Amino acid sequence: MDTVNILICGVGGQGVLLAGDIIAEAAIAAGFDAKKSEVHGMAQRGGSVVSHVRYGQKVNSPLIRQGTADVILSFEEMETARYLDFLKSGGTAVINRQQVMPMTVATGAAEYPQDIVEQIKKQGVKVVVCEGVKLAEQAGSAKTINIVLLGALSKHLNLPAEKWIETIAGRVPPKTVEMNKKAFELGSKG
Amino acid sequence: MKKLLSGNEAVARGAWEAGVNVVSAYPGTPSTEILENLAKYQEIYAELATNEKVGLEVAAGASFAGARALTCMKHVGLNVAADPLFSMAYIGASGGFVVVSADDPGMHSSQNEQDNRYYAKMAKIPCLEPSDSQECLELTRLAFDLSEKFDTPVLLRLTTRISHSKGVVELGERKEHKPAGYVKNIAKNITIPAHARKMHAKVEERLKMLAEYGESFFYNRIEEGDRKLGIITSGISYQYAKDIFPGVSYLKLSLTFPIPQKLIAGFINSVDEIYVIEENDTFLEEQIKAMGYQVKGQSAFEKEITGKSKVPILGELDPTAVAKGFGLQKEQAYQNIQVPGRPPVLCPGCPHRGVFFALNKLKLTVAGDIGCYTLGMMEPLNAIDTVICMGGSVTAAMGLEKALGVEMAQRTVAVIGDSTFFHSGITGLIDMVYNNSQGTLIILDNRITAMTGHQENPGTGKTLQGQEAPIVDLEPLVRSCGVKHIQIIDPLNLKQTEAAVKEAINNPGVSVIIAKSPCILIEKKFQPALRVDEDKCIGCKLCLKLGCPAISFDKAKKKSHIDPLYCIGCQVCAQLCPKGAMGRGEVVK
Ligand SMILES: Cc1ncc(C[n+]2csc(CCOP(=O)(O)OP(=O)(O)O)c2C)c(N)n1
Ligand code: SF4
Repeated sequence: MDTVNILICGVGGQGVLLAGDIIAEAAIAAGFDAKKSEVHGMAQRGGSVVSHVRYGQKVNSPLIRQGTADVILSFEEMETARYLDFLKSGGTAVINRQQVMPMTVATGAAEYPQDIVEQIKKQGVKVVVCEGVKLAEQAGSAKTINIVLLGALSKHLNLPAEKWIETIAGRVPPKTVEMNKKAFELGSKG
Repeated sequence: MKKLLSGNEAVARGAWEAGVNVVSAYPGTPSTEILENLAKYQEIYAELATNEKVGLEVAAGASFAGARALTCMKHVGLNVAADPLFSMAYIGASGGFVVVSADDPGMHSSQNEQDNRYYAKMAKIPCLEPSDSQECLELTRLAFDLSEKFDTPVLLRLTTRISHSKGVVELGERKEHKPAGYVKNIAKNITIPAHARKMHAKVEERLKMLAEYGESFFYNRIEEGDRKLGIITSGISYQYAKDIFPGVSYLKLSLTFPIPQKLIAGFINSVDEIYVIEENDTFLEEQIKAMGYQVKGQSAFEKEITGKSKVPILGELDPTAVAKGFGLQKEQAYQNIQVPGRPPVLCPGCPHRGVFFALNKLKLTVAGDIGCYTLGMMEPLNAIDTVICMGGSVTAAMGLEKALGVEMAQRTVAVIGDSTFFHSGITGLIDMVYNNSQGTLIILDNRITAMTGHQENPGTGKTLQGQEAPIVDLEPLVRSCGVKHIQIIDPLNLKQTEAAVKEAINNPGVSVIIAKSPCILIEKKFQPALRVDEDKCIGCKLCLKLGCPAISFDKAKKKSHIDPLYCIGCQVCAQLCPKGAMGRGEVVK
């Protein structure tokens, strides 16, 4: 099996890093080698955040080569646009329907590109839009949005459902396990 | 047992397994999690040092006691700690002594991309470079043995992608190390010239022995493959090269100083073409070329060594950069789309914001420093003029005054965080007092080292492990340095802040303002969000000048808007609004 490459992007505070951890751990639980990489530091201050996750028989580089990502999992619409060059031909972009305004837009210095998802589709990218906010609230809390998105992602990967559930249960606060399981399910159906 | 660990977590684990006794370090991205993870082990004494020099010296003292000791820091931290490092290179190590430097190629959170392998070369100590989390654990463990065997500090050199990437690691058990105890030996431990001359001779001998050791060192290994191409590489670059050039021959070096010349020569002889693939500078390439293989016609090998002529020297490497360097990257299937940038910003409610708003309003020249508050340079606050390095604000402001006189001093302030002041700001302040400066220093006392992920510091009253600690109180400290004009203010109070700054810049002599208000992310005493009363808002956009991520402008309505998800109710914008439009929730229409 070729190495599977997943690039996750979003905004600091959205839970991108935890999502990356969960994918890597689920892959290891399923018997694969896995690596992931991200840069800490600015994540807390609302900057762009990106995490690379790779799994397969044996993984060398923790960073994905441009043009080889199987899936881009984007927590925020506009962020997707910064990483399209990572996607392989025929790859999928799973995009959360959510817009977070950067400072430049809030102050009126720049405009948020409202039709960004359309622009991405126009390039021929396979786009799957996930109603993350709605589904997370349905699961019980807006905070489960990263788990909803993992659910949506899971349909495009070859990891068994029980490995996902096990890993998620081990990584979220004990009291929220049921809620997060539901979030994952809603995401994978949604 | 196997576990998914970051390089930093694996270094901490490796040190623990090696029986490390004492750890002292100052935080700095990308190194910080090493100390944070070591703090979790009961068996280890681990502490937050005031700065990197202090950390290295405390570890050195522990090594004098025969204890196994470690200090870790970001690359620029080693500049601060260089003085004791070079002395310890002569003194050696009684107990295993490991210095970890986490370099930051690409400058994800740093002011330069210096390559600290050169420190090993200059100090004449061994340099180890792990290439994944598993090697982080193994090489850290081994670094202590090497240190004791060769009587030398060992530099363990990481980079951001080693520190912050996670991989599967096989864990081992701890082997306790009992400190041998302190034995007086002044010829070894006092670096006076008469001793140091002998020490230097030993250092040169040590280097030869280390070079010999490297020839058969397990982690300097040849991976045989297609002989047409041989790649010499180290650290994370090894992983990138493996992805781009599968199946060729590799010489993967882990001891990158001193290099194993015979092993390298043999490898070069066994392949047709040689690439040196390394991140940052030409550290390996220079050393290999210095062996003489480059000069065509004069060497026995007549082989060109291709390195930085193809591999970028600027920024961070990744598989794409390596592929592009050698012309192997295909056109991408899809193109990025230009969208507005998303730089980091001060949090909503950040206490630093009020100070920078005042400085911007008063149009002062601001000598800045390093911390969250460096974000005060961003639009719309745009209130910082210079940043050199930690502690450099105080002294830069002083230099401006000495060059241009009192008038400049009246238009200038220096700003520094509490942690940075303890780190290296205080020496500058003493210099200002001693040399009769006129100038203003604002200490942004948010009672935490926020930038690097919220560590305690000497002013917070807590240790690394969160236990109670004595507080080094800023106000009496500053007073005892000889500062007479001290004001303590609440930076969330805009009027008070502005008045204090005006008073300070016009005061003859040295003035210090201590802006006291905790980082909002530590106490999280959030108030209910404010709302804009749209009937009152006249769309003057004054509140937008705060650069608060919770406030945006609704172009259609021509009214300001506060996002209740982000607003923490700090009330700073309410103080600005000329129409009193910002109120608690009930005001909403
Ligand atoms: C020599 C050196 N060591 C460490 C760092 C990493 N670093 C950057 S800012 C900072 C501390 C900031 O704390 P503080 O001054 O309290 O400001 P805050 O972030 O809390 O606003 C540190 C440790 C550095 N840049 N340089
Ligand atoms: S983490 Fe604290 S100090 Fe840093 S920007 Fe946020 S509130 Fe300000």
